[in-house]
Amino acid sequence: MTLEVLQQAFALVFDPYVLWVILASAAYGLFVGAIPGLTATMATALLVPVTFFMPPVPAIAAIVTATAMAIFAGDIPSCLLRMPGTPASAAYTDEAYAMTRNGQGEVALGASLVFSVIGGLFGTAVLFVAAPALAEIALKFSSFEYFWLVILGLSSAVFLAIGNPVKGVVSLLLGLLVASVGLDNPAAFPRFTFGNAELTGGLTLIPIMIGMFAFSEILRNVAAMERPWEMAQANIGNVFHGMWALTRRYPMSVLRGSALGTAIGALPGAGADIAAWMSYAVSKKFSKEPEKFGTGHVEGIVEAGAANNSAIAGAWIPALVFGIPGDSITAIVIGVLYIKGLNPGPTVFMEKAPEMCAIFVVFFLANLLMIPLGFAAIKGAKQLLRAPRELLMPVILLFCIVGAFAINNSLFGVLLLLVFGLIAFVMEENGFPVAPAILGMVLGGMLEENFISSMIKADGRLLAFFERPIAGALGALTMAIIAWPLARAWLRRKRNRQ
Amino acid sequence: MKINDALSGAALVALGAALLWHIQGFPPMPGQKFGPAWFPGLVAGGLIACGALLVDAQLRSAAPVPLLALPAWMRRVRPAASVASVVAGLVFYVFAADTLGFHITAAALLLLWSRLLGAPWQFALPVALAATFVIHLAFYKLLKVPLPWGLLERVVF
Repeated sequence: MTLEVLQQAFALVFDPYVLWVILASAAYGLFVGAIPGLTATMATALLVPVTFFMPPVPAIAAIVTATAMAIFAGDIPSCLLRMPGTPASAAYTDEAYAMTRNGQGEVALGASLVFSVIGGLFGTAVLFVAAPALAEIALKFSSFEYFWLVILGLSSAVFLAIGNPVKGVVSLLLGLLVASVGLDNPAAFPRFTFGNAELTGGLTLIPIMIGMFAFSEILRNVAAMERPWEMAQANIGNVFHGMWALTRRYPMSVLRGSALGTAIGALPGAGADIAAWMSYAVSKKFSKEPEKFGTGHVEGIVEAGAANNSAIAGAWIPALVFGIPGDSITAIVIGVLYIKGLNPGPTVFMEKAPEMCAIFVVFFLANLLMIPLGFAAIKGAKQLLRAPRELLMPVILLFCIVGAFAINNSLFGVLLLLVFGLIAFVMEENGFPVAPAILGMVLGGMLEENFISSMIKADGRLLAFFERPIAGALGALTMAIIAWPLARAWLRRKRNRQ
Repeated sequence: MKINDALSGAALVALGAALLWHIQGFPPMPGQKFGPAWFPGLVAGGLIACGALLVDAQLRSAAPVPLLALPAWMRRVRPAASVASVVAGLVFYVFAADTLGFHITAAALLLLWSRLLGAPWQFALPVALAATFVIHLAFYKLLKVPLPWGLLERVVF
């Protein structure tokens, strides 16, 4: 990356309009993140219709800033209400609340803020270094490598999901089925259109995602809206006190959380929430005082709080380089990138170098802005958490409707929102994870296209998928990831029988 | 709604079978082994296999699970009515927005929803009107989304 590109990137970001967008989306992200039941993915889905009408850099900046802020803000109600603001805070909600109950609310909130910022900056640094480097390698990739990358992404989405893997596979298959609707396949044959013109071009993903991530969430909120929220601590003092001491006490936790978070984020299909769960577990395992976990001990919050924010940046690595989303947020982002002419892939780092660099600059800026703005959000938590949900939910619902309509200016979008929102609602109630379905929808076309063109090149020989060195290695890795849980289940069954 | 895994598994097997039957009609790609039916066929096969696994696991488990169980919120009047109104409201929007227009439909739905969720009239009414107006400003004026005027068309133009 040359100095000239960096200068151009700074000029793109430090434009009054872009800065205004960043500030507004920061406030929006903090608000959405802090309200339990409204998630960072939902924030992204609702932003898309608005970013639709913006130039590329502010559009991406809005999403980057809002999601980074939302993941941090999710910690605020964890500390004060024992309710995670976003699923990414759920791993340590009990811990944070216990700290507040012990009179350590400031430490819990401060650690959430400071280590979110550090994790976010760490993830950004890795994104900044790894994405262009990976793009260099990916330039040599052919359809064989892409085929394996997609398979690797889809299988890690299934096996990293929490719960029954069979249900994860079902969710994935349903997503692939949705992706196969329409003309857009190697044979250009209209599949599953039933003569309907709206289906010929395939199902538009943005209304579907607003349905699956926002509408289904509203249904869940509305179904459980009776209990009022009670705050454990109303007045919050100086949250930065003692943070330096914490950093010196747990340097390994900060590093491990940030690194693991970035890695989990970069793995397709698993995002900030899974990163936080895994980091919290790792922190407990390596801690010198594991018995204190769960009683209001800050160590796990330091590590998992850094992990979920670093995962946000990590997820952008495969999204930008390969067009394979690292989490549900980037699954939505990829659609936006295409609309904005920043088609993900290794060449985008050469053709659109200033814009790519601008994304990195926005990531840094958003994480630095989190210090003052996050502090303001903590101070204003009392007012923030008093937002009347009975008025808020209907307004968000209307926003979903208009957003789904605005993508194609068609009521068919609203219908998609309703149908897929209901499907996601029923799926989640029955333990079918939604993330693999989204990944299937985004990657289905890519999977089929790369498979067919590889098969044509190889003249139908399946072995050709392993003949190129990187393709072979990726293939072997994928097989191992798929075989491992199967082998473990078989071993467990065998042991149970004995 | 909690659906017994055996039931959803059976439904998935049925969906897979229906897909397999439907894709028989897809034409082959000339000169190629893999036509448009290949990919959905693979998905259908996967759905049948997973559905069968779910049915099998459920039948093996000792604990009896009802075929359909209503969750707690469905058995209580207010949450059930709220969820039903949200779903019905969206269906209503899809069918009514073009004739009634965005503004009337949206304000009416906002009012209905916030009242059902427990907001008092003095808040529900102004918020419904203000939110409709703000969305009109943001999407119709600023972002040029052609929200339908419907009945108001003659009043405005």
